[in-house]
Amino acid sequence: MKAVTKSSGRIEPIVFHTINTIFMLFVVAITLYPFLHTLAVSFNDGSDTLAGGIYFWPRAWTMENYRAVFITGTIYHAAFISVSRTVLSTVFGVFLTTMLAYTLAQQQYIFRKKISMLFILTMYFNAGLIPNYFLIKELGLLHSFMVYILPSLVSAFNLIILRTYIRSLPGSLTESAKIDGAGDFRIFWKIIFPLCTPVLATVALFIAVGAWNSWFDTFLYASSDIKLSTLQYEMMKLLGSTMSTNNDPSALAGNQHNQAQALVTPASIRAAITIVTAVPILFVYPFLQKYFVVGLNLGSVKE
Amino acid sequence: MSDAVLDKQVKTQKTRKRRVDPEIGVSLSWKTLKMQKQLIFMSVPIAIYLIIFNYAPIWGWLMAFQNYRPALPFGKQEWVGLQQFQFLFSDETFMMVLRNTIAMSFINLVLGTVTAIGLALLLNEIKAKFFKRIVQSISYLPHFLSWVIAAGIVATSLSIDDGIVNIILMKLHLIKEPIMWLSEGKYFWGIIGASNVWKEVGWGTIIYLAAITSIDPSLYEAASMDGAKRFQKMRYVTLPGIKATFVILLIMNIGHILDAGFELQYLLGNGLTVDWSQTIDIFVVKYGIAMGNYSLATAAGIFKTIVSVILVFIANYIAKRLGEERLV
Repeated sequence: MKAVTKSSGRIEPIVFHTINTIFMLFVVAITLYPFLHTLAVSFNDGSDTLAGGIYFWPRAWTMENYRAVFITGTIYHAAFISVSRTVLSTVFGVFLTTMLAYTLAQQQYIFRKKISMLFILTMYFNAGLIPNYFLIKELGLLHSFMVYILPSLVSAFNLIILRTYIRSLPGSLTESAKIDGAGDFRIFWKIIFPLCTPVLATVALFIAVGAWNSWFDTFLYASSDIKLSTLQYEMMKLLGSTMSTNNDPSALAGNQHNQAQALVTPASIRAAITIVTAVPILFVYPFLQKYFVVGLNLGSVKE
Repeated sequence: MSDAVLDKQVKTQKTRKRRVDPEIGVSLSWKTLKMQKQLIFMSVPIAIYLIIFNYAPIWGWLMAFQNYRPALPFGKQEWVGLQQFQFLFSDETFMMVLRNTIAMSFINLVLGTVTAIGLALLLNEIKAKFFKRIVQSISYLPHFLSWVIAAGIVATSLSIDDGIVNIILMKLHLIKEPIMWLSEGKYFWGIIGASNVWKEVGWGTIIYLAAITSIDPSLYEAASMDGAKRFQKMRYVTLPGIKATFVILLIMNIGHILDAGFELQYLLGNGLTVDWSQTIDIFVVKYGIAMGNYSLATAAGIFKTIVSVILVFIANYIAKRLGEERLV
């Protein structure tokens, strides 16, 4: 009896770790395969792709798909809009959220509870799509670039992350500055803001990813204005046109235009745009990884 | 006399408390306003911004009680009371949309939580730091991609002529011919659930993994001394250790039960699957923006918001009664 438990005690970890490792490799494979496949398709000749059988590696190498993507002026402009909205949203969003978080971290601040409540409520409370649409219209933001920046400047979630972090900083850091007569704005800008760097990176990443990835606001508020199109929105139009069962006539028209440029199919164009749209994020996130783990955990901390 | 002493004691306690928590001593007066003018300057404009963008639109709720016509000025609109809501709840489409929303949301919540906790438990068992980090980094990579890209990937993977899912299933002889996954309603909820897991499982794991790491190691040692095996330790130490995290995430998610998502359903849904794919959000866009029936769409939006808020408060109250972590 004793011998049995002993031997099973020795084998069990090996079996478990082997199965566990295989399972992890399976998770990795499932996550990565679609990207490798898309990458392969994006470098493969469009009509050759139609024959099927492309997995990890392009069969008939070509740069034609990327050329077709970049030949149309719209993609440059869409990229420009995507980059500008991301940069502006991030810069203003991070600054304003941190500033507000600083004030809400001050225990003695008279409006602390009221303003905090207003923000936290927005996580669940939303006037709804139609009233928001009317607001945007009333404010004259329809078909304007500012519709990408203004409505989503400060989010409750990021605010909670920053407030929790600022509260965790030792109070003695600011006390001496206060005694020396520094005002709150000065303390915020000279002491708190620089100290927040790791969380700022997290929040900046969250805001940037959100801004970069959104297409719904274009769809809702600026879809008739090609000058305000973003990369994601271009992707979305392409997706609509390439899904066999979906047929949006306007998108299909754009499609045929692409097909006219020899050997390029909607599927291969889509692959190329997917790569173009995904690459910026895939490059940024490994650098910010260690920060957002911290940030995400702060976000879950109770008030 | 003893009363006076008691009084004095209470008083000193109060003053002591005041020193610890300065908030009690601050009252709304010109002096405090002046003292805190910089804090006010730094936050009140942002609060006003918030009120404009998040709370001002509430006036639009009035539309739900009207038969709103865009051409007329506000004063001339026809008031219809609760008629829009009555119509909404007797409308077959809305009932279907509600069913779809709750079903997909529920699938996402259960599947998402179970897989995230499962992956966290298994990742925690990996001793090689480097391998663990690689797996983790890769698993949350899809979280950063947009739903547009994800939808493209899902559509490609499920495509009938060259989709990897069909190829694998055929090679395994599980199916004889490729299945048209996206053309049949009965598969739709499952596809949404699986896509959500693919995109978010790694991200969901982060928080549980952090919770596991913060469990006191001596608990595991004690469990080992008592002869607990690997799975017993998971069951009796790890799972109770992450209960608080689980509860708070559950409360946060319960408020979003009517947010089954918009993007993936909108992008993957089509005429053939409309009975399974349409969610409240799509309903609102369709009736409100595309068809111009603002009143009905607003009524649907109000319903959604009110249910969310009520659910959060109920969940929060229950958590409080059970003595668990809570949100508000």
